[in-house]
Amino acid sequence: MAREQHDYDDIPGTYVFDQDRSRQGFGINMFCMSLMKDDNRKAFKANEAEYLKKFNLTPEQADAILKRDYNRMLELGGNIYFTAKLGATDGHSFRHLAAVMTGSSQDDYANMMLAGGRSVEGNRSKSGKVAKPAKAAKKLAKAKPKAKARSKSRSKRG
Amino acid sequence: MARIIAGVSSSHVPAIGAAIDNKQTEEPYWKRVFAGFEKSKEWMAQAKPDVVILIYNDHASAFSVEMVPTFALGCAAEFPPADEGWGPRPVPVVKGHPQLAAHIAQSVILDEFDITVVNKMEVDHGLTVPMNLLFGSPKEWPCPVIPVAVNVVLYPPPTGHRCFMLGRAIRKAVESYPEDLRVVVFGTGGMSHQISGPRAGLINSKFDKAFLDNLTKDPKKLTRIQHLEYMREAGAEGIEMVMWLVMRGALEDKVDEVYRFYTVPASNTAVGHIILEPHRRAAKKAAGKAKKPAGKMKRAAARAKVDRISS
Repeated sequence: MAREQHDYDDIPGTYVFDQDRSRQGFGINMFCMSLMKDDNRKAFKANEAEYLKKFNLTPEQADAILKRDYNRMLELGGNIYFTAKLGATDGHSFRHLAAVMTGSSQDDYANMMLAGGRSVEGNRSKSGKVAKPAKAAKKLAKAKPKAKARSKSRSKRG
Repeated sequence: MARIIAGVSSSHVPAIGAAIDNKQTEEPYWKRVFAGFEKSKEWMAQAKPDVVILIYNDHASAFSVEMVPTFALGCAAEFPPADEGWGPRPVPVVKGHPQLAAHIAQSVILDEFDITVVNKMEVDHGLTVPMNLLFGSPKEWPCPVIPVAVNVVLYPPPTGHRCFMLGRAIRKAVESYPEDLRVVVFGTGGMSHQISGPRAGLINSKFDKAFLDNLTKDPKKLTRIQHLEYMREAGAEGIEMVMWLVMRGALEDKVDEVYRFYTVPASNTAVGHIILEPHRRAAKKAAGKAKKPAGKMKRAAARAKVDRISS
């Protein structure tokens, strides 16, 4: 059965770790948990494909792990706090992995963060239906300015 | 009677812990972050709580995918730091307050919060980083801590409203505890950040600042934010901010903001921090005076004074 669609699937570049992904990705995440022990890290490094046989993984999941395809791992039910343990086994930090998942170089990613991070503008919605903060967030964003919000909606009407 | 004397919120970025552990706090990148907590440490040294109740989330350390409690209350006598893949952080073992924790469990469950009681648990950076930020790096933590772990990893986390109401229930529990204890509640995590997928690196300072404003002024408005909005506006992992609402729910409706700090970035994350005191405590403080308040504290004290005169 195809994946059930949810409102949050409209958020671009995001794999929400929901109940369905958790169910599918149990093997990936339990594999990652095993890497909290040094002996297991060594065993994995010694023969990765062999080590993965201990976990109930689909061929796609095993392939994503071996290729360190972090986005694919998320898509197939991995969660970042778990897959980060695989990253740590390779000696990588969260920030390193984040850069990898965005497809940027480490320097570019670091510079983007120093410049204030990725803007939410243009990154809210795949469908383009939500180009502005939705109602709740909009309400939240207006610190005082009721007048301003009103004038905006007026100008829209006009 | 025990009472809640203040609420504190702060991000709990793991890289902050790593910077402390690797002695990088003086490097310009990190100094910018740590400088924002200097005043808070002074405040904490004066506040001297008897107990801290710390709301945080576990990051696949104590709870894997085998068991995912929505709310879990640490009732043990101690909580060792977890090995998160680089060895346990070199921080003191966290001592609990089993008696107060047991009282809270008994109270909140009858208040219809079916919380999970945890008698053995390791704690990760989610708990220890905020402790460092507010208490520095002492040999022993100066007071016992009751950890309250909230699931924000597996979707859906509890709603912001539910978190706020848990805070209410915790306050009721604390205030019915017979011993005279001064309690500070921490809400941790956030602010805007996304560390997963191609949209990683998302920061929304406008959202964060409005959240901080309303945390003081109009928290009920925050309890209406839906999960979709958190994730869309503040990043997939920005949803952690619901934990701040547990802290806010544990305070009275009217609070004084005594301090705030916000900076971007720490690693992938916007760092936010706020200290709130119940309104009447500020009044008492103004009456008692003696100490030199910092900018915002002065304003809070002044406001309190005006209220006192008018009443």
